Amino acid sequence: MRYLPLSPGERAAMLRAIGRQSIQELFEPIPESLRLSGPLKLPGPMSEPEILEFFRRAAEESSPDYVSFLGAGAYSHYRPVAVDSLLSRGEFFTAYTPYQAEIAQGTLQAMFEFQTLMAQLTGMDVANASLYDGSTAATEAVLMGLRILGGRRVLVARSVHPEYRQVLRTYLQHQDVETVEIPFSASGQLDLDKLEKELKAGPACLLVQSPNFVGALEPTSKISGLVQGAEGLVIVAVAEPLSLAVVQPPTEADIVCGEAQSFGVAVAYGGPYVGFLAAKAQYVRQVPGRLVGETRDTEGRRGYVLTLATREQHIRREKATSNICTNQSLCALAATIYLALLGKRGLKALAEQNLAKAHYAAQELAAVPGVSAAFTAPFFNEFSIRAPRKVDRLLAALGDEKIIGGLKLERFYPELKDHVLIAVTETARRMDLDRMVRTYRRVLAADPPPARQSAKATPSGEPVAR
Amino acid sequence: MVPVELQYTKDHEWIRVDQSTGTIGITDHAQNELGDIVFVELPKAGDHVSAKESLGSVESVKAVSDIYSPVSGEVLAVNAKLQDKPELINTDPYGDGWLVRVSLSDPHEVETLMSSEEYAAYVQDKAAH
Amino acid sequence: MIKSIQSARPHVTRNEDLIFELSAPGKRGAELAPLDVPALSAGEALGPELARGEIEGFPEVSELEVIRHFTRLSTWNYGVDTGLYPLGSCTMKYNPRVNEVAARLEGLATLHPYAPAELAQGCLRVLHETARCLAEITGMDAVSLQPAAGAQGELTGILIIRAYLQERGQPREFVLVPDSAHGTNPASVAISGYKVRNLKSNARGCVDLSELEHAMTEDVAGLMLTNPNTLGVFESEIRKIADLVHAKGGLLYMDGANMNALVGVAQPASFGVDVMHLNLHKTFTTPHGGGGPGSGPVAVRKFLDPYLPSPVVARDSDGRYFLNANRPKSIGRVRAFCGNFGMAVRALAYILANGAEGLKQTTEDAVLNANYIRARLKDLYELPYDAPSLHECVFSDSRQAAKGVRTGDIAKRLVDYGFHPYTTSFPLIVPGAMMIEPTESASKAELDAFIEAMRAIAAEAEEDPELVRQAPHTTRVTRLDGTAAARKPVLRWRP
Repeated sequence: MRYLPLSPGERAAMLRAIGRQSIQELFEPIPESLRLSGPLKLPGPMSEPEILEFFRRAAEESSPDYVSFLGAGAYSHYRPVAVDSLLSRGEFFTAYTPYQAEIAQGTLQAMFEFQTLMAQLTGMDVANASLYDGSTAATEAVLMGLRILGGRRVLVARSVHPEYRQVLRTYLQHQDVETVEIPFSASGQLDLDKLEKELKAGPACLLVQSPNFVGALEPTSKISGLVQGAEGLVIVAVAEPLSLAVVQPPTEADIVCGEAQSFGVAVAYGGPYVGFLAAKAQYVRQVPGRLVGETRDTEGRRGYVLTLATREQHIRREKATSNICTNQSLCALAATIYLALLGKRGLKALAEQNLAKAHYAAQELAAVPGVSAAFTAPFFNEFSIRAPRKVDRLLAALGDEKIIGGLKLERFYPELKDHVLIAVTETARRMDLDRMVRTYRRVLAADPPPARQSAKATPSGEPVAR
Repeated sequence: MVPVELQYTKDHEWIRVDQSTGTIGITDHAQNELGDIVFVELPKAGDHVSAKESLGSVESVKAVSDIYSPVSGEVLAVNAKLQDKPELINTDPYGDGWLVRVSLSDPHEVETLMSSEEYAAYVQDKAAH
Repeated sequence: MIKSIQSARPHVTRNEDLIFELSAPGKRGAELAPLDVPALSAGEALGPELARGEIEGFPEVSELEVIRHFTRLSTWNYGVDTGLYPLGSCTMKYNPRVNEVAARLEGLATLHPYAPAELAQGCLRVLHETARCLAEITGMDAVSLQPAAGAQGELTGILIIRAYLQERGQPREFVLVPDSAHGTNPASVAISGYKVRNLKSNARGCVDLSELEHAMTEDVAGLMLTNPNTLGVFESEIRKIADLVHAKGGLLYMDGANMNALVGVAQPASFGVDVMHLNLHKTFTTPHGGGGPGSGPVAVRKFLDPYLPSPVVARDSDGRYFLNANRPKSIGRVRAFCGNFGMAVRALAYILANGAEGLKQTTEDAVLNANYIRARLKDLYELPYDAPSLHECVFSDSRQAAKGVRTGDIAKRLVDYGFHPYTTSFPLIVPGAMMIEPTESASKAELDAFIEAMRAIAAEAEEDPELVRQAPHTTRVTRLDGTAAARKPVLRWRP
């Protein structure tokens, strides 16, 4: 009861003031038969040390001592201590959505800065004040694209994050929209021939990811040309936005969306994260989610307000651009602080470290007999390797070394047997990379690889089960 | 302020009929209720509109309101000035703040609309409730 | 006082520039560990066509400047930590500090969502235990923690109803939504492929049974009900409402936005609710964060369990936790990974801190506080619906409006008295609504101060309406021009 500020005496005085005998009287509108007769069966109450003990035990059972090369839409980057220090200010984290602008200028100005940073990073004109995460941002971007096109046809690259595609499917299932999957080619990039063929069937909205799920960077400029040439609309999703510090942004796209977790937000077993959505200026009234705009007060001073609110559900109700009510303000604030700390040079240097370490690891692994690079396309900090028939044994051996060696692509792509997706960020130490490579050598030397398998892909649906 | 030469709808649109052409806008009462207009969404010339169906919307900071067409017909012109100056609807709802001009496909539809006296009484009656 | 300063610019604490305007080339606020592999530039790795030059306009500032910049910005915010935050329907209650520490523990904060289940037992146990507690609190049988926020929880719930009815042959066409509902309700219904049929409230602000009987036809999939409703009034006829909906083959959805009035006192399952969502950021003290992250778990009765979003946390016969994705009837996924895991940690920490008794006391205090405010303000402010209310009370500005003072003005004037405003203009069935939800997180002294402020403003509205209409007078910025912002949107900084 340490969170409750009323004393027993005060409770009694308040009841007297409202003319009630007991607190039970206040609950009389709830019929007696619907009220609980006994206490809920819940653990607690616990003191603070007991709570921490409970969660410390859970934390210890969550492998804090493992080195991980998992990425796939959630990336481990170092978080400068200033990020949490500032997020912990109660004025930020205990505030509500900034509807009362005069006493929410802190959140509003920070969101305006976030919008600016996302627009600069993506090469777009405007960005919103964030969405739930990358998967919902991609989904909202497609819904937005369909509104702009007035269309009913979506082309989705098979190399878009499988869980983003699953979320999109959930949202589109009752929308009378035709979805066509565009495969990837041997390079790991979008199959442009297939794309062109599909574009002949009429204007469509394309969702493509870069770097895509298998790590390949997409030729977004060329793709945009093809789609827009066919009067379609291009959405580029970015799940690892740090790539944008060294890779040309998809400025030709119509909408750029993605996941900004990499910027100062903890991996935290999947969330909370922070989605972003940026677009060309002409589409601003179709943008879902909150937007912060600059304006003046009655004295002419600069200030910020939530704006273009008529797009939103509290006004438009069933005609709203989206049912989204909240953004991910605090995570967006984390990203803003993170990007301010790293800055123009720091972010680029950081991205180049990721590039260097990932390429070092990819080269060293590909040099191990029995291992090959899976795709030929350029990549940023994540790549796929192929190790015929040995993937399970390799990952198990790495597990013994307390290394989570990556993600088996077969989990989402049945045709990609023997493939491992490996992410290497700046947090990976060379000694651990070398240890991973030695383990590969040891396992594969002890058991030489069989004759080369045919890499024939087997078409298949997309199971979620493991 | 309810000009006598116009016809009105219960949704607070007005229409000025000139032979087979009608100019449509929203009433002074409507713009007053909405407050400062910040954006207008209108059909394109050549689009077909139907009586009592939405032909677009007007937005203030805190509200969005559908505009229901008083008549059916083809859109001949839209007021392009509103894109940059939506406030014209506030300052001159019956003049420079007009929305669209349509060719009437069924002139009889106009007969079902309210006269200025009827509309004025309707607004007064609503305010009393 | 500031006016008397002639020769120098006042300190930037009064007017902090944008981070971009503080930038100067060559500064940085973070340094990297030395690179321990051969260096590789973007040009070398990606080629000149793919490699990016510098990011135009990106800031360059030192760590100290970042700290000061955001600290100053924070001082222009009002949070629950600052004081009473009676924002109706938002449940702005205390965010316990231990929650934050728990969520940041190494392991919980660092584990990757694709880590194998055998390495993720701790995280999975937290999710499983949170779901179990929420099932007990609601009386429901199964819970999904995947929805990222309340609105996504609504969507999930309606999709579940649709999947269930579809399997029985017909998804039906409409969903009933009372006119007092939050705007996300109709928006979520629309995305689920249903049409909204609005349901008029009766004179008490509650569901009108005869209206319901009329509207609840066999092409209606269900009713979306907030209970207590947005007036804070409990739908006493809830059992009859549920029976009417069920009799026509529909399902009852409950928006759990107002669970802070019920936890430990009543379980929605006993009302006849089939599916509902909770807001961890309202009832279960995960911080609002200036507008997110939230979390909107969905709870269902047993017969709807198969339709929950996939995967769900399950336990095998050896007691090991795992993510079960083998759910052929599931509506699918609504969010990547395992939902907002960090919010589950915080919510569970809150439940553990309180236990059953503490949660019940919390509910009682929340209801007592709201009734205390209601009793002490109803002589000065109009109560449009006088049915007894639970955790919040809704006044209207009708008496003050006679002097030209509206709910928004009174709200802004409250700021001058040091309080965060209540919710204005909602629910829509109350013209000029003033929706007050003090929550349990208010001492009697603070409640009394709020009541005094509201009473003082009522007097000001009589004697000096202009003073109220121009408020706030004490903030760093005065009223901001929302019209100009919407007419010519400026949504980013440009050099």
